[in-house]
Amino acid sequence: MSELLVMRDLHVAYRTGEGRLPAVRGVDLTVHEGEVVGVAGESGCGKSTLVSTVLRLQPKNARVEGEVVVLGEDVRTMRWGDLRALRWAGASIVFQGALHSLNPVHRIGRQIAEPIQVHEPDLPEDAVRRRVDDLLDQVGLSASRSRSYPHQLSGGQKQRVMIAMALACRPKLIVADEPTTALDVMVQAQILDLLRDLVHDLDVGLLIISHDLSVLADVCDRVLVMYAGRVVEAGRADEVFSDPLHPYSAALSGAFPRVGDPAARYAPAGLAGDPPDPRELPQGCSFAPRCPRAVDRCLEAEPPLVEVRPGRPVACIRVGEP
Amino acid sequence: MSQVIASQPAPPVARRKSYGRYVGAKVLGALGSLVFVLVVNFFLFRVLPGDPARTLGRDRLKSPQDLANFRKEYGLDQSLPHQFLTYLQNTFTGHLGDSLRYRVPVSHLIEQRLWPTLLLVGTSTILAMLLGIWIGIVGAWNRGRTFDRTSTGITLTLYSMPEWWLGLLLIAVLGVGLGPLHGIFPTGQLHSSDVDVTSLKGVLDTAWHLVLPVTTLTLAYLAEYSLVMRSSLLDEIGEDYLTTARAKGLRDVYVRRRHAVRNALLPTTTVSALSFGFVVSGAITIETVFSIPGLGLLSQEALSTPDYWVLQGTFLVAAAGVILANLVVNLVYGLLDPRVRT
Amino acid sequence: MTATDSPPTAAPLSAAALTRRRRAASLRRNWALFRSHRSGLFGLTLLLLFVLLAVCAPLLVDPDGLDLTKATGTVLQHPTQKYWLGTDDSGRPILTLLIFGSRVSLFVGLFATLISMVIGTVVGLLSGFLEGWGARILFRITEWFLVLPFLPLALILATVLGRGLFNISLVIGITSWPATALLIRSQALSIRERPYLERARVLGAGRWHQITRHALPNVMPMVFANTTLTVAAAILTETTLSFLGLGDPTRVSWGSMLDSAFSVGAITTGAWWYIVPPGVCVVLVVLAFTLVGQALEDVFNPRLRER
Repeated sequence: MSELLVMRDLHVAYRTGEGRLPAVRGVDLTVHEGEVVGVAGESGCGKSTLVSTVLRLQPKNARVEGEVVVLGEDVRTMRWGDLRALRWAGASIVFQGALHSLNPVHRIGRQIAEPIQVHEPDLPEDAVRRRVDDLLDQVGLSASRSRSYPHQLSGGQKQRVMIAMALACRPKLIVADEPTTALDVMVQAQILDLLRDLVHDLDVGLLIISHDLSVLADVCDRVLVMYAGRVVEAGRADEVFSDPLHPYSAALSGAFPRVGDPAARYAPAGLAGDPPDPRELPQGCSFAPRCPRAVDRCLEAEPPLVEVRPGRPVACIRVGEP
Repeated sequence: MSQVIASQPAPPVARRKSYGRYVGAKVLGALGSLVFVLVVNFFLFRVLPGDPARTLGRDRLKSPQDLANFRKEYGLDQSLPHQFLTYLQNTFTGHLGDSLRYRVPVSHLIEQRLWPTLLLVGTSTILAMLLGIWIGIVGAWNRGRTFDRTSTGITLTLYSMPEWWLGLLLIAVLGVGLGPLHGIFPTGQLHSSDVDVTSLKGVLDTAWHLVLPVTTLTLAYLAEYSLVMRSSLLDEIGEDYLTTARAKGLRDVYVRRRHAVRNALLPTTTVSALSFGFVVSGAITIETVFSIPGLGLLSQEALSTPDYWVLQGTFLVAAAGVILANLVVNLVYGLLDPRVRT
Repeated sequence: MTATDSPPTAAPLSAAALTRRRRAASLRRNWALFRSHRSGLFGLTLLLLFVLLAVCAPLLVDPDGLDLTKATGTVLQHPTQKYWLGTDDSGRPILTLLIFGSRVSLFVGLFATLISMVIGTVVGLLSGFLEGWGARILFRITEWFLVLPFLPLALILATVLGRGLFNISLVIGITSWPATALLIRSQALSIRERPYLERARVLGAGRWHQITRHALPNVMPMVFANTTLTVAAAILTETTLSFLGLGDPTRVSWGSMLDSAFSVGAITTGAWWYIVPPGVCVVLVVLAFTLVGQALEDVFNPRLRER
């Protein structure tokens, strides 16, 4: 199976007035055709920064090092023309639709048609319109929705529009950035089903970012858990969720009951404190200050990512210890 | 499940109706403002302590008989509600009183002087909008660079300057001439006295006379447009939908024009509506400095006598003009922003 | 942001002391933020310079220079060793007129703003905080007043009320309160729904208490920023009104200087020392207030900070 996305030793740091802010500190990631990969972690762990590098959309003050290879080409060194062609037609992003990722004064149909017109300019108008209607149908919306404005749609409908839009140019790789956040539980389930069916029907590769591990466990084949810019655990989604090896993954998975109160979804239950300030990372393991299993050894050095079992890399020196 | 497919999309007829409803609401609002202006206009001179006839008539009315006639003529001997009705009746039939200075009906004067003001103010506003918005866009999109910093500095200074002082400077430099440089533009008036205004030569002559005043007003007006456009665009630039647009592979120029600027024009339109009052005051001061025979100069001349009926008449015209301009801007806004129509 | 642990104290601080300490800390923070705006600092320096000029006027130049009867210079004389900025159409030294003129501009600017802010704050708070038709009527009236073109209105009011510093301040105040009222109303509306206000209501706080103890202190920062910008506008308006001959005839202001300059034809005779300095002073003072006001807006409105 071909590799749609490969990230090798990716480092991203922001240059700010207050100094250098490392957001991503050495991440390796691969997404194959037909595969669904998830990245889990709290806000501030670097996952959104990760997503932005896939299509070179990172902010101007971000310095990227390492490799980001999409469909076989290095995005970092691509020519501008090739990058524009890659954007949306090769790989597309499903942003959080419930917020402000849609232009409030353009109609839905026009916004979905826009990338089609850019990448396939020779396509006649009625063909474009037909494709837009098909896409809306695929995501479960009626074709008449193309005449609506974003403010006339509910959060779930807007998210469906974002998905339809992401499929517009038939990309091979789709990245979904928090696709179910800010949606209520029922709608979440529908969106996840939709994504799963699409991957199955269209044979695309899907990378999902979320702070909600239960969402990822449901839909993904493999999952990576990120903390403070690094991957701390990876493996098969169901295994990481049911048998977490890193204390952070344990906290994340323990915090998300399938059906439960919404508040718990946004913060790991019983995990006090906040993620570390990227400018002042603690000595040793960056999770140690909040870790219930931390000992003095943990403060000596940052634990390396080691495969403690086949296909299960973990960055904790106390795996397997009582 | 039903909550997912929530509301039915609005059929086309209902959508047109919603703009119609919006227009109706705005027109009603404008009429309300107009009524308020009429009331304020009526009471402005009744704020005077003492006998209005004595004050309004001032030195012209000597004998008690004169005073009584004056009172009768202007209905000042009647009760206040009655006076108000008379005032309304007079206003709607175009009887705005007589000028004390020129001894002609105020309505005649207004008719005479309206066109030069419209020409001056209209040209300047359009030029200022186009230039100001362009400067604001370029400045915001290239924020922090040389163009942005110099243009912001210049527009801020222009914004802090009395526009008539700028006019005086321009007359001094370009009209009269500085040192070895001779003045090239006329120092005032709308046109030379010996030219037929309707001929081509006359039109060019008028245009030549308008260069300095229009330049002054344009520079004065554009400051606000450029500052507001710049800040609105900077607000839009941080928005997520622009990232979506870029991710789709759109060119930078396209993203700027069709997405960012398009949306940034909305708050700019709103704010420009608020500046029409400034447009009016600019007309008064610039016409004074350049001796252009328009409504502005008329108002200024009325100060010395003081020519109350003229002041009242020009205030009414100015206020009505601003209300009309605001209405137009609101209607245009309703076309641009679908969110206010529902 | 994690809450920092306060150092262990021997005895708990009183509520008043805590408030004072918190206020001092926030003041320091705001000042540091303000300092980072170079334009704001520049404006502040200019401002202090002019205030100093106005206050110390009699110490810097001889106030007799204002007296028409004591004018000894030649009429409209260009700058010389004796008269640094030349003389006016009565032989008075322009430098003296300029420095004393600053008093009028600053006084009227501040006084008119005071009137405008008082009316605007009261109307804004009431229309934002109260409910029912009273608030709606106030809002409508504010909007209607906003539409009135201010110079024609000011012309009529100035004619009716007569000239004088107090009257002119009143006129400017009356024509400029709506903008403030709208701003404060929108602030009040956003504050009204905040949790701590709801808590106060539940605890039985009356409307008056809510407005004065909660709404007002939270609205104050924006009011302060807006005040500075209003002063800038007021000074411009005063200069224009004086130029049109509606100022106080017994006092010299920058606007009245320019009015005289214009009427005696200083432009055609090339008496630039009569035309340029007063205008430059106006621009500098208005610019100073504007820069300070914009910097304050940045400090108090976090949303604008990325600008």
